[in-house]
Amino acid sequence: MNLILCSLCLLMVSSSLMAGSKVIATGGATTVEGNSGGGIVPWATINGYSSSDEWSLNTFASRVGVDDFTLESLGFGASFNNQWELSFARQNFALDSIGGELRQDIIGIKYKIAGELLYTSLPQLSIGAQWKKNRDFALPAAVGAKDDSGYELYLAASKVFFDAIAGRNLLLNATIRSTDAHQTGLLGFGGAGVERKLMFESSAVLLLNYNLALGTEFKQKPNQLGFADEQHWRDLFAAWFINKNASVVLGYVDLGDIAGLTEQTGFYLSVEGTW
Amino acid sequence: MVKYLLFVTTLALAACQHSPETTLYQRLGGETGVENIVDGVLSGIEQDPSIVHHFADTDIPRFRRLLIEQFCELAGGPCRYTGASMQESHTGFQITQAHFDALVNHLISAMQQQKVSIEAQNEFLAMLAPMYKDVVYR
Repeated sequence: MNLILCSLCLLMVSSSLMAGSKVIATGGATTVEGNSGGGIVPWATINGYSSSDEWSLNTFASRVGVDDFTLESLGFGASFNNQWELSFARQNFALDSIGGELRQDIIGIKYKIAGELLYTSLPQLSIGAQWKKNRDFALPAAVGAKDDSGYELYLAASKVFFDAIAGRNLLLNATIRSTDAHQTGLLGFGGAGVERKLMFESSAVLLLNYNLALGTEFKQKPNQLGFADEQHWRDLFAAWFINKNASVVLGYVDLGDIAGLTEQTGFYLSVEGTW
Repeated sequence: MVKYLLFVTTLALAACQHSPETTLYQRLGGETGVENIVDGVLSGIEQDPSIVHHFADTDIPRFRRLLIEQFCELAGGPCRYTGASMQESHTGFQITQAHFDALVNHLISAMQQQKVSIEAQNEFLAMLAPMYKDVVYR
């Protein structure tokens, strides 16, 4: 974590490192699950700045601190042709007041199927898959999860509307995710009476200029584990795309009730480097 | 918290809103502004090895004049574009998305250099972005 932060600090003071041709901010930020998007919702955007026939790499570190829990995510990814995105993320969810931790690895792939975020009237459409694997399964098993791994599929549509509000550009995103995960997989997958469900997620982001954006997100959650209610997630964030090599996102998150502890709200910080 | 943020944002945006009585052409800086933007784009192209080869056989003074005409007309200025359609003038050049992105970056830099307001930049980009389909992979 410290190493990544230090390297990102170095990135911020340099400005002419290798980067792809895409326009700044069009690679989005990186979610806590490692794919391009906002903070909690994957978008149809492809991470980094690789345009046609170009490669890009990215790495990120994020921390969500709410009343009784802390989620740290670290990861890296690669993108090609503004079409393919591969990602890996390792999550560590610390149960600050209960004690212990829940760790999970996530491998993701995303493929742009149609549209161009900036240039076509059709929104950019991408499909994605994530494979999630718990590294701690004792607690999820004890509260009723059947599997320590699971997959999710999603379809995302994203579009930038130029000159939309007060002369600013607006990004709108809608995502549909198929999942049987509990608390995004941190509490395992499946179980008695648990079905695969389709969840809706959305984001709206106002680009104040080329480098600064304000956004909000909503993530519907399935709530299928009997022992404690799971609630939808929401956030508000400000993103600073310093240059094509570094970005920082600061947010306020509302994760609802988690494992019986109510009203989990707090702050979110994410730093990302792209090459 | 949420209400406060929305309030601050609304105030900030309202403060920057442009007055509607000026045309986009005026807000791009009129004749001088558009000429400077076009010159900025041309200089960006000249220094960009990824796209400069597309202009190897281009009559640059003519290209400059047509681009000024086109920008001026699009922005509501007193000009008429006399060149070929976007589709005609780009067919066969094997222009990729990366080339198009590069040109957009040069245009943005040129407008930033010219101190064009973000509202006017976005209004202009909104007019140019749909040309993608007539320019790329033709």
